[in-house]
Amino acid sequence: MNTDQKRTRVRKGALQVVTVARNKLPDAKRRRFSLLFIGQDISALLELCVDIQRGSSSTGRLEYGFGHYTHAIVRGIPASLAKEALRTNQAEVDLDKARTEHDAYVQVLRTRLGLEVVELPADESLPDCVFVEDAAVVCGDTALITRPGAESRRRETEAMKEALTDLNMNIVEIADENATLDGGDVLFTGREFFVGLSKRTNQRGAEILADAFKDYAVSTVPVLEGLHLKSFCSMGGPGLIVIGSSDPAQKALKIMQQMSDHRYDKLTVPDDLAANCIYMNLPNKGHVLLHCTTDEFPESVKVFEKLKDHMLIPVSNLEKVKLDGALTCCSVLINKKKHNN
Amino acid sequence: MTTEASSETEVKENAEESAAQPDQSEKATRETQEVLNTEEEDKEKGKVKEKEGKGISRYLPTWLKKQKSLSQTSPTKETPPTEEPTSKVTEEEEVSAPEVNGHAEEAEEKEEVKSEPVKEKEVESNSNGSADTEPAKEEKLEESVQTTPEENKETTKEEDVAEEEKKGQEQETQAEAEVQEGDGQTSIFQSPFRLVRKPKMKVVVCHVTLLDGTDFSCEVEKRANGQYLFFKVCEHLNLLEKDYFGLTYKDTHDEKCWLDPMKEIKRQIRSNNWQFSFNVKFYPPDPSLLTEDITRYLLCLQLRDDVASGRLPCSFVTHALLGSYTLQAEFGDQEPDQPRPLDFISQQTFAPNQSKEMEEKILELHKSHKGMTPAQADIQFLENAKKLSMYGVDLHRAKDSEGVDIMLGVCANGLLVYKDRLRINRFAWPKILKISYKRNNFYIKIRPGETEQFESTVGFKLQNHRSAKRLWKVCVENHSFFRLNAPEPPTKARFLTLGSKFRYSGRTQAQTRMASSLIDRPAPNFERTSSKRISRSLDGAPVISITEAGRDMTENGHDPNLELQSDSKVSVPQMETASADNVISDTKEPAKTTEVEIEETVVIQEVSKATKAGNVTVTSNSPAGPPAEQESSEQKVRSDEEVVVVEEANQTRQESVSSESESEEEAEYHPNVTTSISNTQIPEEKEEEDKLEGEEEGEEMEPEVPAAPAPSLPAEISQPAEETPQEEEEPRKETEEGMKDEVEEKQGDPETEESTDDPMLTPDETPKSFVPPEVEEEEQEEPKVNGEASAVDAEPRPHGICCSELPVVKTEMVTISDTFAAQKTEIATKEVPIVHTETKTITYEAAQLDGNGEGEPGVLMTAQTITSESLCTTTTTHITKTLKGGLSETRIEKRIVITGDCDIDHDQALAQAIKEAKEQHPDMSVTRVVVHKETELAEEED
Repeated sequence: MNTDQKRTRVRKGALQVVTVARNKLPDAKRRRFSLLFIGQDISALLELCVDIQRGSSSTGRLEYGFGHYTHAIVRGIPASLAKEALRTNQAEVDLDKARTEHDAYVQVLRTRLGLEVVELPADESLPDCVFVEDAAVVCGDTALITRPGAESRRRETEAMKEALTDLNMNIVEIADENATLDGGDVLFTGREFFVGLSKRTNQRGAEILADAFKDYAVSTVPVLEGLHLKSFCSMGGPGLIVIGSSDPAQKALKIMQQMSDHRYDKLTVPDDLAANCIYMNLPNKGHVLLHCTTDEFPESVKVFEKLKDHMLIPVSNLEKVKLDGALTCCSVLINKKKHNN
Repeated sequence: MTTEASSETEVKENAEESAAQPDQSEKATRETQEVLNTEEEDKEKGKVKEKEGKGISRYLPTWLKKQKSLSQTSPTKETPPTEEPTSKVTEEEEVSAPEVNGHAEEAEEKEEVKSEPVKEKEVESNSNGSADTEPAKEEKLEESVQTTPEENKETTKEEDVAEEEKKGQEQETQAEAEVQEGDGQTSIFQSPFRLVRKPKMKVVVCHVTLLDGTDFSCEVEKRANGQYLFFKVCEHLNLLEKDYFGLTYKDTHDEKCWLDPMKEIKRQIRSNNWQFSFNVKFYPPDPSLLTEDITRYLLCLQLRDDVASGRLPCSFVTHALLGSYTLQAEFGDQEPDQPRPLDFISQQTFAPNQSKEMEEKILELHKSHKGMTPAQADIQFLENAKKLSMYGVDLHRAKDSEGVDIMLGVCANGLLVYKDRLRINRFAWPKILKISYKRNNFYIKIRPGETEQFESTVGFKLQNHRSAKRLWKVCVENHSFFRLNAPEPPTKARFLTLGSKFRYSGRTQAQTRMASSLIDRPAPNFERTSSKRISRSLDGAPVISITEAGRDMTENGHDPNLELQSDSKVSVPQMETASADNVISDTKEPAKTTEVEIEETVVIQEVSKATKAGNVTVTSNSPAGPPAEQESSEQKVRSDEEVVVVEEANQTRQESVSSESESEEEAEYHPNVTTSISNTQIPEEKEEEDKLEGEEEGEEMEPEVPAAPAPSLPAEISQPAEETPQEEEEPRKETEEGMKDEVEEKQGDPETEESTDDPMLTPDETPKSFVPPEVEEEEQEEPKVNGEASAVDAEPRPHGICCSELPVVKTEMVTISDTFAAQKTEIATKEVPIVHTETKTITYEAAQLDGNGEGEPGVLMTAQTITSESLCTTTTTHITKTLKGGLSETRIEKRIVITGDCDIDHDQALAQAIKEAKEQHPDMSVTRVVVHKETELAEEED
């Protein structure tokens, strides 16, 4: 590469950085850059670039690898789901439709996204077992086996623990009889945890989670409405929280923002339930977002469609949602590094 | 700033050494003397002016230097009338220059006393000890060595009350100095403090546990303050970026306390246990921004201990990872043929409950770091450690209002509330309006949220009032260090606040970053202790060159003071160490007064005018309190370039004074509201908050607005008529209008000020578009000699009132022709000559270089103007938020108006303002500088 090309490149890079940093020190930075351009001071320019990158790195590096998954654990739908599964409002669930929906969901994970999907068999005695998310919280190499708030669901963790053990995860279990924790109340942002204190999760459960993942800050967020914390929010990307527009949802977001040392962007969608989506960052695919379909929440889909950098995959969830089951509920996503094998 | 290795720097270095190192080598002393001599000679030849020019030029962008040269060449400037006073000054300098510092400080302290009559006694009793603080401040003071005599005079003049006492002291100090000079070599007990009562000094041995677990002991004078010991330790460690560190001691209740650098050690420890430990006080949020590896190494040592002791909790994987980096840093690559035995690993503590499994994991990970240098391993260690949620969080036990046990964590971002391991609340610094404690209660007043209407106060109960106070202090310090651009001076509004006036007195992170970016020494070699310890038993461990003689020597029982010296000499070429030292330390400017936000535009307007006796009373700076008075007075008199230097001395003096009075059971601190002018917040972080908290930024700044007007009002009055700070929209136009001559000049850019080429003086040359700043110079009349003013002016108050008058004004002026006489007010009124006032305005302007973006139309979102005033500078900050093409842009224009009496001071102030601005906003560019001078000509001189 000759010098001219190099220079152009540097300039472009620098300008990009400037654009990014514009909100911080807009004119000063731009001026400095233009100054350096005019002076053809490439080395100073580079230094400045480094400076800026360093400045942003404090948040940037933290989220490195966020959303990268290799495995997914899912579970089949038992026939008992239709009648016995817990629900907050009485609704008729069409078992076949639910199964079709779920199959499509698994297909997306396996075929479209190329994850290695571990499919646990359904257990008729556990009508809610399809919602595997509540049974375990996985972050890095550590898996915390939860103690679900609903007694009828406690045994769901057994199969989950086995599956995670098979995947060589470091298993942490909750021994405390007073602790309850549903995975649906745990929002991991890549930088920290928020644990919703809800009907299903209590303070003690959150404490145990904090013990299990000592590297991260764990903040509690009261969940005033809805089943779980993630019933109205989820991550839509690194540093991007997708949040419903209801008052309780917005209030919860405020609390999260206040509690955090980090800065999050928010994506507000009109429907709370639509705010539950699955973000992944996959090799060769980049940002991937599994979200609701137009049939369910047309207005919210419009909002998602504004995310230009994301590969958007609408996934239907009409039936499971009747049981308060959102998209994230139906899988446990794992990033298993090679050396774990 | 010390890019030029001038004789002055040498002076500073040597002087510094002499102060800091008791056993100063003869050679160094001689050097100092030589330099001093030459300086004195210079002075005698009447070259004071030149010297100043040179000195100042170091602080000025090259394009500003022109002004200097211009004034030198201008014929009227060098007129003889100044001779008499100058020579007198010189005389005095010759006698007392090197050692007046301590005295000056004392004088200043007296001022403080005056303003704070209630505390007077305490201060008095403290004033002897105050000299002890000098070594701590020596770097700053050194620079002002030459000027101090004048300063003294200045202060003395002001402080008639304290005058006699001072005089006595002055004599003493002088005598002492002579002794010192005669001796050439000074004993431990004398030189570091230049104490008046040296024979009485008692020496105590302090034991400091260093981060590597070794013990460092040194003798300090019993009345020494915390900073002296701290500096000794830093020197021993060869540490320049010292602001992140501090010394702790165990109080009588066995609780860990930070040693206040500004207070006497003896008064703090309150026991005879002179045992301290050296610790990280402020954990840098991004350690990669530290300049030196040695700083990172020390931070690593602290963190290793934090991790191993469980203070910094982390997961198994992180423990293993951090441990592996520690291994790599200490022992280098793992040799494949000689794998380190497990039992060796288990001797090391990496985690509170270290298991065999973890040790295996550590070894496994260690393999993957092959080829990594110790410094790289440290960086990796820190990169991982800094992400931990409890990194840098200082926890304090407390109970909430319902009596539930909680932990309060103080960190860079604010105050965190934990219940067990869970974060249950967080108060970011911008959210906090006031921090206070009363007995064992600790309160924070919270800014109302978007939906709330009223401020709320949250209270916590601590175990006792000591812990409440300790927590409060930590909060004050952390807020100041991480959020402010410059430390806040201690509370001035004494009628409002009772209790402790404690304020953070060191450098803020912004300042220390700036300072360390100037470190210019070869990376010092340092020995990693554990490798030293273990390399004896293990093969293959890399032996890192042992240059740090100090440690070994201490162990061998050598005189620690000797080591200190050999230390710096052996490891680093002396010159370099010293200059680096200077660089770091002289930016210690707690008293920074100009408030600077990001600056796009710096308009500096200088108005100089001859002294008016009456001015003293007119100056309404008084709201700013005694510090302003002192500072301004100094500024005026100083013939040296370091404005800040002395200001700081003042500052620190205040600190120590105020901290004396701090045993109260309650105190308040307003983190955001500008109780002081220097309370600026660091914009980037603010920006972040802004995102997070919506309209935070606007809100955040607002408290400053109401606070500012009061002090700034007088300043505005004193603005020259043609340029008021409010009119910043078109400052340039305005200035141009008032000018006659135009000299355009092509010069070095402010950014590239290091290249000290002399600006070419090319009148009427069209600026070339390539060369960034174009400078216009416009003179209205020939300036009169100002050199005399510097020597003569004893007028303490920078004042602008008569500056608004037009070019030539006949004013009745009091010219004080005798510096000594200046001390006595009667003399001032003897001569009442008629003088012309000459006005000279010079505008330096940088070319507008940012092409396209500038013209973009934007939608104005918010605009606000903040005016603040300090000393002789008035700062107007105009913040506009515009929406341009979907991007919100915050543009901050800053105008600094410096008003004051004599020429030189303005240069200093200007240089200082620019320097400061740069410190705060490295990316700022100075677009315009307007120098507007009004010089008075005594008719008889014409």
